[in-house]
Amino acid sequence: MGKPARPLPKPTPETQHFWDGCKQGELRLQRCDGCAHVYFPPRPFCPSCSSRAVSIFIASGEASLASYVINHRPHPAWDEPYAIAIVELAEGPRMASNIVGCEQTPECLVLDMPLVVQFEVMSDDISLPLFRPAGDRT
Amino acid sequence: MTGIAVVGAAETTELGKIPGMSQLMLHADAALNTLADAGLTAKDIDGLATAGERPTDLAYYLGITPSWVDGTSVGGCSFMLHVRHAVAALQAGLCKTVLITHGESGRSRVGAGGYSQSASSLAGQFESPYGTLGAPSTFTLPVLRYMKDYGMSHEQLAMVAVVQREWAGMNPRASFRDAITVDDVLNSKLIAYPFHLLECCLVTDGGGALILTTDERATDVNNAKHAPVYIWGTGESVETPMISQMENLTSSRAFSIAGPRAMKDAGISHSEVDHLMIYDAFAHLPIYGLEDLGFCGRGEAPDFIWERNTAPGGCLPTNTNGGGLSYMHSGMYGMYAMQESVRQMRGVAPAQVQNAEVSVCLGVGGMFGASGCVVFGNMPKP
Repeated sequence: MGKPARPLPKPTPETQHFWDGCKQGELRLQRCDGCAHVYFPPRPFCPSCSSRAVSIFIASGEASLASYVINHRPHPAWDEPYAIAIVELAEGPRMASNIVGCEQTPECLVLDMPLVVQFEVMSDDISLPLFRPAGDRT
Repeated sequence: MTGIAVVGAAETTELGKIPGMSQLMLHADAALNTLADAGLTAKDIDGLATAGERPTDLAYYLGITPSWVDGTSVGGCSFMLHVRHAVAALQAGLCKTVLITHGESGRSRVGAGGYSQSASSLAGQFESPYGTLGAPSTFTLPVLRYMKDYGMSHEQLAMVAVVQREWAGMNPRASFRDAITVDDVLNSKLIAYPFHLLECCLVTDGGGALILTTDERATDVNNAKHAPVYIWGTGESVETPMISQMENLTSSRAFSIAGPRAMKDAGISHSEVDHLMIYDAFAHLPIYGLEDLGFCGRGEAPDFIWERNTAPGGCLPTNTNGGGLSYMHSGMYGMYAMQESVRQMRGVAPAQVQNAEVSVCLGVGGMFGASGCVVFGNMPKP
């Protein structure tokens, strides 16, 4: 610690289940009961067909690296250049995240590399879903 | 359908670093220059649209009594959407003469609101915790995907900045005018890999405004300094407040809806476009814009730019003021792109495209969050 904390999310009633899941080590997605569309970020209705009949399920945690930048501008919560990533989950949706257990360089961050989720405790209420290279390179 | 004309267009007297003016006054400075350009006063204005400040503030400050107001605020292309909405309002007879203002103390931050994002907003929950730090490290996020999918090189991305600096070199009002090379760009400071400093927009102060009216009234604006410029077509759309949630990381859905719609409404084909503006907050914007507008096939824009088609002397002069990369960028750049389109259609641009009759102006809002597009002509739409 010692570093200022990152900006942490403040859950809303519609997203609370997602953040509760992260705390419990579960990456929760939603699927429409009607059209089977899988979506993220969370909301209590299907953005594809407008149905309110949707279910929460636990995702595999598997993903691939869709795109990223390596930020070189100073950020209070990071000492070194760090990658901000867009990962594509095995179930389809994309999400922003960070890649851990991997040097933050173009040589080590290879597009489409397989990733797996890893939850990092940030506060009593928030654990963030981060991703590390699959195959336990840590 | 009634035709709509631009009878006034001007920027703030100064551009760049203007610590002696509040953001509200930058709006007013641009508005006063534009009223003078049209030979009108605030009493002649009955429609008002603005973003960045509230229409209420502008109406009161300028002494306007509007009967039509638009405060659409979707980022830097808001002013393109204002044009589209004003066209509809004028055609419907809701008002007769519309003023659209922009002013932004982007660099000096005098009388400008702070940038704040709620931790419970969508982006506050699902992007900010991962260290997104404003546009330079966020708007740039999709580009490595584009580079891998289409084989764009770092040199090709850098070339966008090189070409625009060539245009800026012809523009006395441009912030940066000295020629640069691809190596200069790639050797400039890394901001957010793969983006270097010279591939990111400036941060400056300034403003601009437009006055629109019906073409019947346009001929009555006898004191205008320039012949009317005509609005041939418009388009708009929004997609997402989170760049991570774009439908396709290599294409903007909002561009793909707003751009082609504006060109369809204008009744023009790509070969009829003499001049193009694509809002360039970062070097990849012209690449996405050229492809989403259909000037290039998927993955072809980097070669198109590399082969100097958008450069001085090329077949499709683009971002001829130097763009957000070299001319100016206050934060909401869309107004300056339209000002350059109007100058080109008036025939008074510093880097004038000879015999230009049709200009397409594509704007972005947020980070691929929104888009507005306006097609301008130097004569009434045929």
